[in-house]
Parts: sequence; C-alpha cells; structure tokens
Amino acid sequence: MAVRRLHPEQPAHFAFTAENEAWARARIAKYPEGKQAAAIIPLLWRAQEQAGWLPEPAIRYVTDMLGMAHIRGLEVATFYTMFQLSPVGSKAHVQVCGTTPCMLRGSNDLVDVCKNRIAHHQHELNGDGTLSWEEVECLGNCANAPMVQIGKDTFEDLTPSLLEAVIDGFVRGQPPVPGSQTGRTASCPEGGATTLTDATLYDGSGIGAWKKRFEDAGPPPSVLPLDVATGATPPAAAVTAAAATVAAVAAAAPGAPAAPAIHPAALTAMANAGLVKELNERGGGKALSADELEKMKSSTVLQAPQFLSAAGAAATTSDAKPELLSAPRDGKGDDLGLIWGVAEKLAEKLNGMGIWHFDQIAKWTPANVAWFESQMDGFKGRIDRDKWIEQCQKLASGWRPDGNVGERPKG
Amino acid sequence: MLHDHDRIFRNLYGFHDAGLKGAIRRGAWDGTKLFIDKGHDYIIDEVKKSGLRGRGGAGFPTGLKWSFMPKNDPRPSYLVINADESEPGSCKDREILRHDAHLLVEGALLASFAMRAHTAICYVRGEYIREREALQRAVDEAYSANLIGKNNVHGWDFEFVVHHGAGAYICGEETAMLESIEGKKGQPRLKPPFPANVGLWGAPTTINNVESIAVTGEILRRGATWFADLGIPNNTGTKLFQISGHVNKPCVVEEEMGIPLKELIETHCGGVRGGWDNLLAVIPGGSSVRCITAEQATGVTMDFDALGKLGSGLGTAAVIVMDKSTDIIAAIRRLAYFYKHESCGQCTPCREGTGWMWRVLERMERGEAAKSEIDLLWDVTKQVEGHTICALGDAAAWPVQGLIKNFRPVIEARIDDYTKKHSRQAAE
Repeated sequence: MAVRRLHPEQPAHFAFTAENEAWARARIAKYPEGKQAAAIIPLLWRAQEQAGWLPEPAIRYVTDMLGMAHIRGLEVATFYTMFQLSPVGSKAHVQVCGTTPCMLRGSNDLVDVCKNRIAHHQHELNGDGTLSWEEVECLGNCANAPMVQIGKDTFEDLTPSLLEAVIDGFVRGQPPVPGSQTGRTASCPEGGATTLTDATLYDGSGIGAWKKRFEDAGPPPSVLPLDVATGATPPAAAVTAAAATVAAVAAAAPGAPAAPAIHPAALTAMANAGLVKELNERGGGKALSADELEKMKSSTVLQAPQFLSAAGAAATTSDAKPELLSAPRDGKGDDLGLIWGVAEKLAEKLNGMGIWHFDQIAKWTPANVAWFESQMDGFKGRIDRDKWIEQCQKLASGWRPDGNVGERPKG
Repeated sequence: MLHDHDRIFRNLYGFHDAGLKGAIRRGAWDGTKLFIDKGHDYIIDEVKKSGLRGRGGAGFPTGLKWSFMPKNDPRPSYLVINADESEPGSCKDREILRHDAHLLVEGALLASFAMRAHTAICYVRGEYIREREALQRAVDEAYSANLIGKNNVHGWDFEFVVHHGAGAYICGEETAMLESIEGKKGQPRLKPPFPANVGLWGAPTTINNVESIAVTGEILRRGATWFADLGIPNNTGTKLFQISGHVNKPCVVEEEMGIPLKELIETHCGGVRGGWDNLLAVIPGGSSVRCITAEQATGVTMDFDALGKLGSGLGTAAVIVMDKSTDIIAAIRRLAYFYKHESCGQCTPCREGTGWMWRVLERMERGEAAKSEIDLLWDVTKQVEGHTICALGDAAAWPVQGLIKNFRPVIEARIDDYTKKHSRQAAE
C-alpha cells in the first residue's frame, strides 16, 4: 500500500462554488436516504477539480456536507490515489503509466522525459509551477501502450518525442487531440480492423432478424406476469380476476377508442392487488409504447424515398428485371465481395439470383434496383446508399480496391 | 475465424455512432420487452443454458450467480456492475463503455429484472473519466427515451446510477467495491456472508463484470444455443481479447472462446515482434495469472480450462506478450511493485508480503541475491497465497511463482553474473 500524507501547507478555507454546490446536492440525491456517504468519492473529486488538488479544508467541507466524521473523509482521501494531496502543475499533471504492459513498450523512456523536462522527483512542481508528473499504476489503455493521462484525457501510443510534443502543447495552452498520437482509432489494430468489416452489421438490416426463432414457438406472451407489474405477489384470489382484466385491457389497447368496461368485481380485485394504479400508469400515454419504439427503430434505418415509390410500381412488371445469367460467362464470375457492403453470404445470394459480374450491376436502371430490392428482405435503399452501381462501374473498368472487402464509396 | 455476424460488440473501435440511434441500428434495445415479458426465470435459465462464464476473471457461471439472489426478500436488491477495470493488461470494458454503452445499459435492465432488482450501480474506475461521461450519455439517452426509469416502456422500474472510484485496483474486488460505494476505504469484506445475502447497504447484491452484463441482450435475442455453440464446451461464446506488449499490432478484438493463442496473435496482431520464434513468454490473462513459456504458448487455446491446466488462467483474457528482448525478472518485478502499491493494507501477509516480494525481486533483477533466496521467495509466495481475505494476495503471489517456475535458470544466471563481477572487483 502507498503511504500518503497531507501537504504541510494548506489553505485556510474551502467552499464549493454555487454551481458545484448544486451539482453536489443532485449527486447526493442519487443515493438512498441515509446513505449519503456514498457520494463522498464523487464530491471529493469535484472538490479536487475545483481546487486543482485536494486540500485538507476541502476534505472537511465535504465530510461536513455528508454528515460524516472528518476522519472518514481523511481515510478516503488518503486511500484513493487519484486524490492529489499536494499541489500539481497548473498547466498539466502528467500521469505516466509504468506498469508492465506499458513498460514493455517503453514507458521507462517516458519517465525519463518527465524527469528531464519537468522535475527529478514525482509530485514535484517544475520551476514555474506549471508542470508536475507521477508514475501511476495501470491505466487500462494497454493495447495503446505506452501512454499518459493528463487531466481527463489520455494520450496513447507515445514515444519520447511524441510525449515532448504533448507536453509542449499543454505548455502553449493548445493541448493535442486526445487518444492515439500515431493516428490509430481507439484500440483498432494499426493499419485497419481485421474484424467488423461486414457492412450489413450497420445498415439496420439485422434488426428483428432473430425474431424468427420465437415465431416458430408461437406468439410471445403479451401480458406482464403479475409479480413483475407490482413487485409483490398479490393475494391468490385477486390474481385470476385481475389477470383476466389485464389481458383484456392489453388486447384492446392499440387503437381502442374507449377503455373497455371493467366488471366492478374485477375492479375491486385489482384495487386489492394494487393493479389499478399500475394500469393507469401504463395506459397513461406518457410511456413510449412498443409501437412508438418500433417507429423510432424504422426511422433510423435510412430510407430512400425515390426508390420506395418506384419499388411498388416496378416490382410487378417483368421489364424491371435486370439482366440475369444462368451461369457466369466463361465459367468464372467476378469476386462480388469486392463491392463495399457485399460480404460472402450476400455474394452467394447474388450468384444464386444470376448475378455474376460487375458489369451486370453497373448497368442497372432505377427500375432494376427496385426490382432487386423487392426480391431481398430488409434491403431498401442499400444499393443507393452504398453506391453499388458507381462501385461496379469502377470495378467493371478493371479498377481494384486495396483490401478484399472493397473500398467505402465517398459521400 | 468468428463471423462478423456473431460478434456482439459491433462498435468496438468506435467507427460508428455510439448514441442510441446508432445502437438501435446495430441491434441493441431490440425486443427487450419480449424477454421481460417472459419473466425472471426465463432470463436466468437462458443465461445458464448459454454457458456464459463471468468475464471479470474468475469465470464463475453468470446465470448461476444470478440464481443465488433471494426471490422474496423485503430488502431492495441491487445489481452492481464492475467497471473498475484495473488489471494490468485489461482494456476491454473501456471499449464497451465508450463505444457500445447501450448494450451495457440494456443488459443491466435485463439482468436486474432477472434478479428482481430495481437499481443498478455501475462502478467505473476513477481514471476512466471520458468513458464515464460516455456511459452517462448513454444512460441519459435511455432515460429520455423512457427505456429505463420509472414507468418505462419495459414495465419494470429501473434506475441506473453511474458511480466512480478514484484510483484503487482493490475496488475491483467485489466486496471492496461495495465498501467503496458505501463511501469507505475499499477494503474487502470477509465472506460469508456473500453479497447475494448481505451486500450493498446490507441488501442482496450481485456484482458482475461489464462484459458479462453487456452480452446478455444478444444472448437472449440470438438464443442460448447460439452462444453455447460458439467456443468450446464449458467455455462458450465470444470474448473480448486484449493483446498488448511485444506484438506488431496490439489491439482489442472479439473472438471465440478457445481460439488458439497463436492464431489470435497472428490473425489480429500481425504476429509477435520478430516472429513467433522470438517469443519468450506470455501472460495470458492479465497480470494476476502465472506466465507461460513460449513452448506452452505455441499449442495452448484461450479458455479457462486449457490455461488452468498449465497453472495459469484466462483471467480477463488480457494477453501480455513478451519477446526475447524482455528482462523477464524486471517485468515481474514491476508487477510485484503494482501489487505492493495496490494492497489495501488490511491483511498482514499481503500488506507486508507484497512489499517484501518486490524488494527481493529488485535485488534479483540486479543479481544481488543468494540462490537460496529463490526458494525463500517461493516459500513466501506460498505464505501469502490463500492467507488473505481477498484474492489480491493470491494475485500478487502467482506472477512471482510463474517467474520462478518457468524462468529459474534466468534468475540463477543473473545471480552468477553479479557474483562473478563483484568477486573479481573484490579480488582486484
């Protein structure tokens, strides 16, 4: 364990700003009555954000606010190592991760940069008090090692010179963009992802696909089990009566002009079971209904209106059918997987329909597209969105993308 | 290789919208109500059948854990989600929190409902400030869409509180986490009583890792059989692997359980720096497990059982790769320092033992030790292991044991070098 002591020089006084005071009150209210102590870490953290470090009067202030003994606050402040018990650099406090995964990738060199650039010892301010540093234990950015954390942000994939640049940025008051300093996106492998390249994961076509599993097994129950609705088990006699009514209300709910008549006896039974309130609340219109949720989902799947109207008209006529081949020309089809947005399964499907070559798709008319989309499930708008025709015109001309999943069309 | 459609974390790298709209489009919050309508036991049964084992390190079956929660208890029940990801090598929950947080919020609702809890508290490690903000954004969105909260569309009142720590590895231990949430020092509690009976504020509580909770929704949608068919028996499903250290392209990636370690490194990480033959050792599951040698690493699969047989473990599937340029004694010495720094100080064997082991390793790194001290060090690790309230003592002992077990000749050679050099100096 680490031995941590309060700084010998302390300010006389600490108080939250009005804004922080209001924030703290809201924070405390998140925890059950009598359990306000739970808010101590968030509040001490806020105090540290306000003061730059955690002075002793702030610890007392927060414990008083929470109705705790001062010693409890001191215990917490000295136990948790993110609480800075002495002043830190006003422009940047550099926390270098030094644990093995970072060490293997050169964090010792980063520590040397800090020693040369800032101060020889950890927690020591530099000459003008703008910078300080410390070596911390694993910060959980191991796939982007080595790294430092300054304030709220992490700066990853560092080398000594990149760290110098990061520190320079803070000194100038223009901190660099957080995250990888070598241009990687998060923890994606350098040079591009090896997974998650199938575009159908992101076009909304997967929504609801799993439901088939349940359709075979019959419709799902539409009524909440009673103990779910009330959180308690109602008297046995009330259960049957109430359940029947709940079912009736639920069945009549969508689009029903008036509430169905409820038998007085059933109402009494429901009142006994505490269900009337529940029913009112559920039918009160405030909650988002299942329909509304569905609507929201479908609106997120981009629709191409120009095709929607064409689809209805064109799908019925055979003119709309594009050129289809019973077999690939010269016995060998093009690798349709090179179209961005088409993966193995979809390419097989296309082959199955008689589409083997880029030039086939390249000459599709809007009517052809509409016909094609009408043949596929949950496909509306994708061809336009992923610019299949444009891509295929390029591919048919002999151009090839870098990877084997195609190149994302611009725009 | 696992098919993209069988991956659960589809926005792992944050290339897409992490917000509610994006999450829904990728399949989150889809049919959540259907499963709630099916009842508490349905969810627990499905998760049990899926074979999901906790993703926080110990690998305890998640469904079974949930079933320990009392069914008719007047006290409120709590779900605590462990996002105190601090195990050296681990950086997976971070990606879920900042890029796929809606899967976590949805999973929390489903898991809480299954355990009859109306409140979930997610304890995010203090250093994950941006990640905490991202999670809070997702929670706020879910509240305003009435997906969670009082009288939400799912018919189960549910509050989600984002809580945080302030830099203490030990708070990842489940009972220390409860202490920390209660506003105290994070010092683990004695068990029994277990949290399912006496947990947060004395109420029934279940503590689960972020990843265990976040996969729940997809398991219910695709079905227990789908999940159970992935991976290998007793080690089912997919898992986020985090590969750091001496590989060409360190990364986080979702793969099937039981994937061969070599395949994992070569497919996704561009191989070991300098080729597979340049491999010295691998710590396969985060700092707390014993390292394995290159020879062992060549054939091993990444699952709880295969790694357990080697005396190591899958832990959090945080793979730390070390090539032949590594000073293995220094690497383990740094871990020993980590445990010394993070011991909560409650139990003497751990408080004193972690510092003692670190100091001896400091000397051994220079070779400034007697060979008999290697056995002494081994003996001390055995006195720490199993003699503390929580598993931090074990976790501190295991890496040192792995070092001695697998690399004793390296330590001895270092001692010989040092002795030779210094006896010559003394003679001159």
